[in-house]
Amino acid sequence: MPDVLLSIADIPWGVMTIVLPLAGAMSSFLWPRRALPLGLATALAIVICVAGLGWQLVQQGAQRYAVGGWGAPLGIDLYADGLSLLMLMMTAVVGLGISIYSCGYFNLERARYFWPLWMFLWAALNALFLSADIFNLYVTLELLGLAAVALVALAGGADALTGAMRYLLVSLLGSLCYLLGVTLLYHSFGSVDIAILAERVESSPTVWAAMGLMITGLLLKTALFPLHFWLPSAHASAPAPVSALLSALVVKASFYILLRLWLELFPFASAALAQLLGLLGAAAVLWGGLQALRQTQLKMLIAYSTVAQLGYLFLAFPLASITGWTGALYVLLSHAAAKTAMFMAAGNILYFGGHDRIVDLDRVVQHLPLTITAFALAGISIMGLPPSGGFIAKWLLLEAAILSGQWWWGIVLILGGLLSAAWVFKVVGYAFTRSEVPHEARAVPAAMEWTALLMAMVAILLGLFVPWLLALMEIGLPFGGVGSAG
Amino acid sequence: MSPALLYALVGVGLFTLGLYALIVHAHLLRKILAINVMASGVFLVLVALAARTQGTPDPVAHAMVITGIVVAVSATALALALMLRVRAATGRAELAEEPLE
Repeated sequence: MPDVLLSIADIPWGVMTIVLPLAGAMSSFLWPRRALPLGLATALAIVICVAGLGWQLVQQGAQRYAVGGWGAPLGIDLYADGLSLLMLMMTAVVGLGISIYSCGYFNLERARYFWPLWMFLWAALNALFLSADIFNLYVTLELLGLAAVALVALAGGADALTGAMRYLLVSLLGSLCYLLGVTLLYHSFGSVDIAILAERVESSPTVWAAMGLMITGLLLKTALFPLHFWLPSAHASAPAPVSALLSALVVKASFYILLRLWLELFPFASAALAQLLGLLGAAAVLWGGLQALRQTQLKMLIAYSTVAQLGYLFLAFPLASITGWTGALYVLLSHAAAKTAMFMAAGNILYFGGHDRIVDLDRVVQHLPLTITAFALAGISIMGLPPSGGFIAKWLLLEAAILSGQWWWGIVLILGGLLSAAWVFKVVGYAFTRSEVPHEARAVPAAMEWTALLMAMVAILLGLFVPWLLALMEIGLPFGGVGSAG
Repeated sequence: MSPALLYALVGVGLFTLGLYALIVHAHLLRKILAINVMASGVFLVLVALAARTQGTPDPVAHAMVITGIVVAVSATALALALMLRVRAATGRAELAEEPLE
């Protein structure tokens, strides 16, 4: 290999993906007038670093960094494998889209608060996906929660503020449960490093208590039914780019921790617990879908659909096969792209007409054709129609359900798809019909319309690059086992 | 029962007490205080269980508590600021009743 390539391979790309957004947050806070160019430059630089990390992983396999040269028992280790890489890539793509979108969405006064908080949030996400120890995960989880709450409150107004307050209390409660679990695990095995714990961990009452606390805390933060009560108000009342990143990225972060712990630390967890998680997931799919249909406000509808889509992630637990986990991960990726596009589209409609009442959409398609196209394309992925990413995700889950002889989960998949189809058609239908109340009609910046469309295209394209993504997923074998998934 | 275990149990007790207060009290200041009591409970467990080694206690657990306190202080500051804004916007420092689902 030439020298240049070798030196590129030596750069600690993973560490850069954390340091850069932190630096971006600080600088955009210190120079609020330049917040926008500073933020955009940082966003681009992060995307390049994630690409560098991806190249490094493909060349050299899973990576472990000892930050500051201190090894695992004493210092903080970062670890990157296929699972972390995909999460980082998802964050980078969605993050870049949201960064571009927010240029048009926020005025100067709001932008000076948005950029530092959003960069802190991005740093927390990247650090979370790279953390190799459960205490560091706690710290990143808290940083993520605080930044997310502040971003929700950015919208101002009574709804957003109470939504943010409820979100903050729930988020702190979830983290404290998780931290108590960390304490118990540390006491039992004398380490917080996931790899070391995985070797030492064994079933005991203390470990079961720790597992219960950690899983409860994380479920609360992931908003799995019936712990979803805080999500719709927080996600719907936030500014549109913030709703997009909360639904697409923030709730996925706690699911990622749950998945890691489940796979590495709790292999002895009983089948009954996995079935319970699957049942709650199924209930979330149906309940979220029904509630979405009943909503009268577009953003509230999309927020309830997030509750439903999060349910699909938990269907993989009772299936417990590599295909099942891959399917859940695919739901996660395609939902991130599709839901970003949907919230952006809703943001455009709100920006254009000044309201998001579904019955009063009043032929909005004539004024915002790109936005409605984006919404419909994202809807295709959410419903799970081919050739979208959502279709591949449901196909993998269905295959895993049939292979494991638990066909009844397939019924949940189909019903969930039908419910999503119903609300997507309802919204698109009203976008074509005339209503009594005309719009205020304010021009929407082209960048906002195009980013929504591009994010929807990503959700569709995810269905076409399946083998490539599945190969990336297997770096470092995060789901155990050998050979290809499927 | 060793003193360390006693302290740890007191910590778990504080955690439970805080959880109870968080659920039953409507006023936001009480909820924020409840969260703080819960956090102190966790820290007490962590410090108490650091005495598991003979001689000097485990310093890693103490480092974790210090990190935890920093996190708790920032979270409390954000919560208090938000509470004032909620009060200014709605006229009372309570969360509105959930709309029926």
